[in-house]
Amino acid sequence: MIPELHLPWMEISILISLAGSLWLKTTQNRDIAYKRCLIICTLVFLNTVVGWIDFVSLQTFAAADHFRLTKLLWDKDIFIVDELSAPLLPLGALLYLLTVLSTLKTKGHRFSFSRTLLSEAILLATLSSREPWVIISLLSVATIPPYLEIKSHRESPRVYVLHMGLFVALLVSGGVLSGFGNAHDAITLMAGALLTTAALLRSGIVPLHCWMTDLFEKVTFGTALLFVTPMTGAYAVMRLVYPIAPDWALQGIALISLTTAVYAAGMALVQKEARRFFCYLFLSHSSLVLVGLEMATPLGLTGGLCVWISVGISLAGFALTFRSVEARIGQISLTKYHGLYEHTPTLAALFLVTGLASIGFPGTLGFIATELLVEGAIEVYPLVGTAVLIAAALNSIAILRAYFRVFTGTRHVASISLRARVSEHIAILILVALILGGGLYPQFGVASRYHAAKELIQQRGSVFQHSTSDAKGAKTELPAAQPPVISTHHNSE
Amino acid sequence: MNSDTVFHFSGVCVVASPALLFAILGITSLIGRPVGERIIARATQTLVLIGLFASMTILGLMLSYGIRYVPIELGNWVVIPEQHFHFHLKFIFDRLSIPFCILSFILCGTVGAFASRYLHRDPGYNRFFVCYSIFLLGMVVSSLAGTIETLFFGWELVGLSSALLVAFFHEKVNPVRNGMRIWTIYRIADAAFLLAALMLHHLTGAGDFVGLMGTGSWPDGHATITEQHALIVGILLLIAAAGKSALVPFSSWLPRAMEGPTPSSAIFYGSLSVHLGAYLLLRVSPILELSLTLRIAVILLGLISAIYGTLVARVQTDIKSALAFASLTQVGIIVVEIGCGLRYIALIHIIGHACLRTLQLLRAPTLLHDYHTLENAIGSPLSHKKSIFIRVIPEQYRNRLYRFSLERGYLDVLSDQFIVRPFISLFCWCDNMERRWNKLLTGNESKKSDPIKTRSDSMEDYL
Repeated sequence: MIPELHLPWMEISILISLAGSLWLKTTQNRDIAYKRCLIICTLVFLNTVVGWIDFVSLQTFAAADHFRLTKLLWDKDIFIVDELSAPLLPLGALLYLLTVLSTLKTKGHRFSFSRTLLSEAILLATLSSREPWVIISLLSVATIPPYLEIKSHRESPRVYVLHMGLFVALLVSGGVLSGFGNAHDAITLMAGALLTTAALLRSGIVPLHCWMTDLFEKVTFGTALLFVTPMTGAYAVMRLVYPIAPDWALQGIALISLTTAVYAAGMALVQKEARRFFCYLFLSHSSLVLVGLEMATPLGLTGGLCVWISVGISLAGFALTFRSVEARIGQISLTKYHGLYEHTPTLAALFLVTGLASIGFPGTLGFIATELLVEGAIEVYPLVGTAVLIAAALNSIAILRAYFRVFTGTRHVASISLRARVSEHIAILILVALILGGGLYPQFGVASRYHAAKELIQQRGSVFQHSTSDAKGAKTELPAAQPPVISTHHNSE
Repeated sequence: MNSDTVFHFSGVCVVASPALLFAILGITSLIGRPVGERIIARATQTLVLIGLFASMTILGLMLSYGIRYVPIELGNWVVIPEQHFHFHLKFIFDRLSIPFCILSFILCGTVGAFASRYLHRDPGYNRFFVCYSIFLLGMVVSSLAGTIETLFFGWELVGLSSALLVAFFHEKVNPVRNGMRIWTIYRIADAAFLLAALMLHHLTGAGDFVGLMGTGSWPDGHATITEQHALIVGILLLIAAAGKSALVPFSSWLPRAMEGPTPSSAIFYGSLSVHLGAYLLLRVSPILELSLTLRIAVILLGLISAIYGTLVARVQTDIKSALAFASLTQVGIIVVEIGCGLRYIALIHIIGHACLRTLQLLRAPTLLHDYHTLENAIGSPLSHKKSIFIRVIPEQYRNRLYRFSLERGYLDVLSDQFIVRPFISLFCWCDNMERRWNKLLTGNESKKSDPIKTRSDSMEDYL
């Protein structure tokens, strides 16, 4: 029996977002829509934070929503929070809140608040679910809002549609196929391979990453940012692939991710336009997260989970700073120096802090996370693991290069004040406070992620034991506390 | 109050004072409410004096009690007991760290006092002191670090502040490019350092210097790892030290560091930052003892750097670059001393050299005035004797040597030609391929970033 939260926090959050999305659909005035969206995002964020606190107070690995409104529709626990997803829910809600908060009024006509809230609802539902088919459905549905935005901007959606179409097809076929396999047989392996490819495609692993640069150029920075920074691809890996993939397969994925991390870091260094630069930078970091997640060792997995949080926060702050600058001077070329420091000194400082945090600079949230990741990588691959250091070094060079290009090198002459608005300051300062606070007191976060990593590895081990005994003919059900994976039990039912 | 309490309190003060300075200046800048010049100057003066006084107190107590090793334990910053992973916050006061820490406070205090007048009403006054406080904190943490991870922590702070200080006059392109190049070299060196730290952690089960170097206090420690491991770790640490101390082949950043404001950043690279690599080698000197090959590598690197420095310094046409390469010569000699096992000599050499260079660099802007004063006092122009090189080496070789020195050993050209250019070319090619692939998929040229060319003729655009 899974313990229950005191209130259905997850369901409330999702419902608020959905209701808000519908409400804003009917709101014509952009200023009012902005204010309403801000209120809704704040409510959702507070709700997820309280839900997280509630979950932590239960001291359990997994907990279900109280009342379970979804049980009225399905006779199943759809929304279950566990140690993996518990901090990801407030993190996701925070990203939405801060993105909306830092949206300038001038961008209101291009950035749809209603669609943003719909995306938030889908994201929260995805992160709240462990049911494979629910995750597959939600991940598929989540691809629609960016598509609509590309269409509304009258851009060609072909690259996006091709990749996301393939993603959905792989997900669905992997899900279907897994129902026909037995433990470790060819069909299960094939299903695992399909699901893995889908998750890697969504994560932007080379060579399936072109959709990401395309997306960043065709939708608003905010939409692109919110589509990639919650790293739902990594979440799909953890929910759909991690429980069924053998160690060799996971370590293979880790090597592919490592290659992507180095490649994307190198690409970030030669980019001449800010959005593409950020895209590659993010790709490199998210690949490093995957490297850690696929290590299948407690230290590596802890590192991966910690980097997930730190990269989510720091690169979101970094992107919001970029977005604020872009809102002032338009498309940012990295071929020339802009010299914006005198006009926006605070944004420059925040740009540097968030950028440095993403590479694990001492005193920031990412420092210990990166150290854990590197240690985990070197533990598994003593030589290849050094590639993590190469990727981190290249990323750090790329970040300072971007800082110098945007904020220094010349004296920018502006006819209007370019200073950051209070709401932009608040948005980025919140992230900086988290970055520095988590950096100065990292024990809580690391201990929580280590516990989650240990449980995930333990449960994966027990799933494998059950699968092996099934293969020998002993048909047993999964224990209730274990994550419902796309397992090999389907045939026995 | 017993001596332990005094040691602990003073030890915490030494580290806390620069940390507090950084917190005050950093937070106020971050929230867009920078404090005024007078408050910055006073805060700097007060907190540097507190740090200096506290470290002097510890030195006095150590001398009076005859103690050679004082650890200040601040507990575990992060710990995962089951995985034997811990980040231990520990600072040590011994015969190596105390002189280096006091030196850092004295030189930074001098520079702080000087800069508060020199940069008066400069728009970058606050920014300078933020970087200064990061640098001071980095130096103090590095010099007192009791674990290799803590040393890395300080090491990184020094690297960042150095790059930002070099790019202090950031409305011009050249300082920015130079800051970028320094950052690039530092990051390569830092990667080697982190790798060495992790390897040491694996080999000894802890990053604590006591665990790494045996039970004896500096300089009497004996490392417990094997010769082969010592060679691998030592080479990585040597790369890290070479990057930080501008040894060959990383020497090209040193004259570029002089792009910063003379009385401040230049002094850091002429006196403190440039010695940090040598300090690292001194700290891990028990590891060097284990491998003869490693020691030979250290001596050779030091020797090559010293010869390179002395040759290049002779052809420099500006005083700051000449002093930079003169510093390199001395640092090279210090590294040779470390390789030969002359640890105390190396430490004394560092202190003496740092003080001399600080004085020279502070006087650099008034060099001509000083020369005139000297010549007036003598009553005749200063004599210029021909050096021994001119008398001994044939002209043909002298010309080659001159060109070699003028081109600074072709280090920049070589690194651009064989490292930067192939790297950039490879990724530019990949970028072009990706764009072509995207165009193939979309069937048009709708990319917003397409008009921005991916190739550039100047390597400087990337660094």
